[in-house]
Amino acid sequence: MTVRKFRQADWEEPLIFELSHEGRYGFHPPEAEEGIRDEVNVEWLVPQGIARETPAGLPEVSEMEVLRHFIHLSQMNYGVNSGLIYPLGSCTMKYNPIINEVLASHPSLTGAHPDQDPSTVQGILEFLYKLKQGYLSVTGMDDATLQPAAGAHGEWTGIMLIRAYHHDRGESAQRTEIIVPDSAHGTNPASAAMAGYKIVEVPSNPDGTVNLDALKAVVGPQTAGLMLTNPNTLGIFDHQIAEIAEIIHGAGGLMYYDGANLNAIMGKCRPGDMGFDVVHVNLHKTFSTPHGGGGPGSGPVGCKAILAKYLPVPDIVYRDGKYTLSYDSPKSIGKVHGYYGNVNVMLKAYAYMLTMGPEGLREASELSVLNANYIARKLKDTKGLSLPFAPEKPRMHEAVLSAQKLSEDTTVRALNVAKNLLDHGLHAPTIYFPLIVPEALMVEPTETEPVEALDDFIEVVKKTCELAYTNPQEALKAPVNTVVGKLDEAKAAHPKTICLSWRKLCQLIAE
Amino acid sequence: MNRAHPYLPNSVPEIKEKMMDEIGVKSIDDLYVNIPEKLRFKGELQVPGPYTELEMKKQVSDTLEKNTPLKCPPFLGGGVWPHYVPSVVDEVVHRAEFLTSYTPYQPEISQGILQSIFEYQSLICELVEMAVANASMYDWSSALGEAALLASRLNHRDTILVPTHISPSRLAVLKTYTGPAGMRVEKVNNDSESGMMDLEDLTNRVDDKTAAVYVETPSYLGFAEENVEAIGEITHDKKALYVTGVDPISLGLLKAPGSYGADVVVGEGQPLGNHMSYGGPLLGIFACNHDNAIIRQMPGRIIGITETIADKRRAFVMTLQTREQHIRREKATSNICSNEALCSVAGAVYLSLLGPNGLRDLAETCTSRAHYAIRRINEIDGAKAPHFNSYHFKEFTVKYSNRKAADVNKVLLAHGYQGGKPLKPEFPELGESALFCVTEMHTKKDIDGLMAALREATH
Repeated sequence: MTVRKFRQADWEEPLIFELSHEGRYGFHPPEAEEGIRDEVNVEWLVPQGIARETPAGLPEVSEMEVLRHFIHLSQMNYGVNSGLIYPLGSCTMKYNPIINEVLASHPSLTGAHPDQDPSTVQGILEFLYKLKQGYLSVTGMDDATLQPAAGAHGEWTGIMLIRAYHHDRGESAQRTEIIVPDSAHGTNPASAAMAGYKIVEVPSNPDGTVNLDALKAVVGPQTAGLMLTNPNTLGIFDHQIAEIAEIIHGAGGLMYYDGANLNAIMGKCRPGDMGFDVVHVNLHKTFSTPHGGGGPGSGPVGCKAILAKYLPVPDIVYRDGKYTLSYDSPKSIGKVHGYYGNVNVMLKAYAYMLTMGPEGLREASELSVLNANYIARKLKDTKGLSLPFAPEKPRMHEAVLSAQKLSEDTTVRALNVAKNLLDHGLHAPTIYFPLIVPEALMVEPTETEPVEALDDFIEVVKKTCELAYTNPQEALKAPVNTVVGKLDEAKAAHPKTICLSWRKLCQLIAE
Repeated sequence: MNRAHPYLPNSVPEIKEKMMDEIGVKSIDDLYVNIPEKLRFKGELQVPGPYTELEMKKQVSDTLEKNTPLKCPPFLGGGVWPHYVPSVVDEVVHRAEFLTSYTPYQPEISQGILQSIFEYQSLICELVEMAVANASMYDWSSALGEAALLASRLNHRDTILVPTHISPSRLAVLKTYTGPAGMRVEKVNNDSESGMMDLEDLTNRVDDKTAAVYVETPSYLGFAEENVEAIGEITHDKKALYVTGVDPISLGLLKAPGSYGADVVVGEGQPLGNHMSYGGPLLGIFACNHDNAIIRQMPGRIIGITETIADKRRAFVMTLQTREQHIRREKATSNICSNEALCSVAGAVYLSLLGPNGLRDLAETCTSRAHYAIRRINEIDGAKAPHFNSYHFKEFTVKYSNRKAADVNKVLLAHGYQGGKPLKPEFPELGESALFCVTEMHTKKDIDGLMAALREATH
């Protein structure tokens, strides 16, 4: 077992603007050829009133300086493929295969314009079509759109389908509410609100499942639908799901599946079979595409046949041996993205699907569940920690521990536990979410972590808890091995000191 | 052969069994007991594979290579444009530390991505001459949708006025975004000669219901809007928000929106170091003035400067998070969570490489070559460019007098050229026209080759 002596690289890197020297270039765009310059004079072309008078205040830096600057910055950052375990709950930070990046850089893909004649992009349309077929099988849905660019974008698109359905049936004025459990991701209520709905929250049972009595009490003719993630954000599979679907459907509402947690159940059970009518899946979670420091992701939306006619346009269809784009969908909600979504990300997901195959996807889910339970069982009895909500129940792909006792006993909070992990070269779990768990540490190791990495994680958490009891002051110091220590977040948001750009920084310095 | 999958280290039977032993379960299915029997999936997923890396690489490459190779990049624009991506940009965005990280929830270990995004925000602010930019939206279209919603939240009005020839896909997305909020999207007339927004019609239309006036420059059809200042004044007279949409490359030559009174700037950052990739991922630019009311209504993530508590060292954090969904839930300013962060890093590297002079040089090359193409097209019988008598930046319309635009494209394709986008389905009043785009990716030789094919196609 190795608790490593981790030190993050620290270059004290200046801002790119501070590296600027007048006259330097980092890149030369080609100039128009002589034969063109002879004929066309830019100065005569651009009307005086709209010509830029002062050049943009961009830095002037040579090529190598730019490269070094950003490589230095990269070395002051932490990724799945470069670090150790990245157990950020709800985010499914699994290995991002290199071959998928190689394929996504193929010039046949990167150089294609979305308005090209479909006959010239048959290869792209083919993989998109096949990705969609695989997606339908994994989710148990009848039809899908790949257009949404992220998970939340997919949620909103899905709720827009529900909205269109009720509208079509003349019930849109009446059905004004979307129900979400108190354990839901913040994006769920935000997406439903953006689609024009009022949010009704239902509480969870002591075992983390939806409280059916509370649900029945709020369901009615005003219900448009329910948004649920199953397994939920506690990592618990809600066994009452068929009953929940019956209650919602019985009232004329529809069931929305938040696919953020799909990584637990591929090939084991399917949202379509659980009674869901519409789902989104985060390809950047379950299908291994990298998260890019916050994006781009991809959030395809699948639905049952009753909702298919409302899907965004265009759809990719295969007819007479050719793939084409069809805009023939009069009841469509329209478009949610300028083009067809994050196609480059989709290629990586497609490559992942082929590498795993049906058995591999199932095994990935099983091992993600095994890994999460391994951590949960080995940590739940650690002094200061607990596994709230039915500790005896197995977890799925993630588990939420609470550091409430630790915090009360020692003042070392979940936040401090997280910072201690950083000091050992491990990424922290998601903290303070879900909101129904005090001092939450939401751990999702994923299936790509070897047991040795899980053991390291477990040991560091245990050591941190021990330290909290023996020397809390020491535990509160973390992080000390990262580029910077604790930050003044209040200053960043204060109206007097807020600084969101180089321009503002120059002003503040001048004052 | 039953080999452990390379991505699944614990699939080795002994490891799996030892782990199960240690947590007291006999089989993996013991962990799935909460899934009712009748809901368990008994079939096999209809997914091809598994393939080894080598097999999969061959298969996916073969599929992609079914695309038709072209002689030069497509002569297409409209919201995604063929521009060169310098090698340094690709090198940086493939760094595992950036590529495989997520939202910097733990700032101490994420200073790299935080500073990069801060620099992106700062570079965009310089480019558009605004005070604040966010970390990114999905694309220009969704940025526009969010801008309209922001305007309506700020001034409690419900109409957004847009130009006649707004990009149809941006218009479609705008309508999807604003529909649930009960907003109306209305077009303002344009001048039939120049294409510019009709100021008289605008003056008559802007009233106390107008949440925002939106202008795109260069327009979807490629001409630069010359009345940007006057439009801003008319808009502000009625206390509506002035939203402008830009192609960032054009700002090497054209005035920045901040200099003509824009309150919110949106645009497409794809040309800033991001490949076209069949239309995604894109990079939605979103910038605004340093007006606290607007900033607090801004959608999306924002990175700010702060300092360490102990030694007052400069550092970066996500800030103003109380606007965002993970804190504010249904009261958030937007539902956006995952955005296009890595595309914004590409944007930061790109703008740092080009600098002010490189950007101007690039814009000059694009517009010079576009105008060279326009001159050559006008020498062809049966083709005329552009429709509007105005300055066009790098895109322009070509009207065919005796052929259908789709048929012209077929002939061009047979010669290895992807011609402009046929416009008749979108704007029937323009007749058999197509929207062409010429950039630094198209050499004089490419343009001359296109002309030879075009001559044949319009013959």
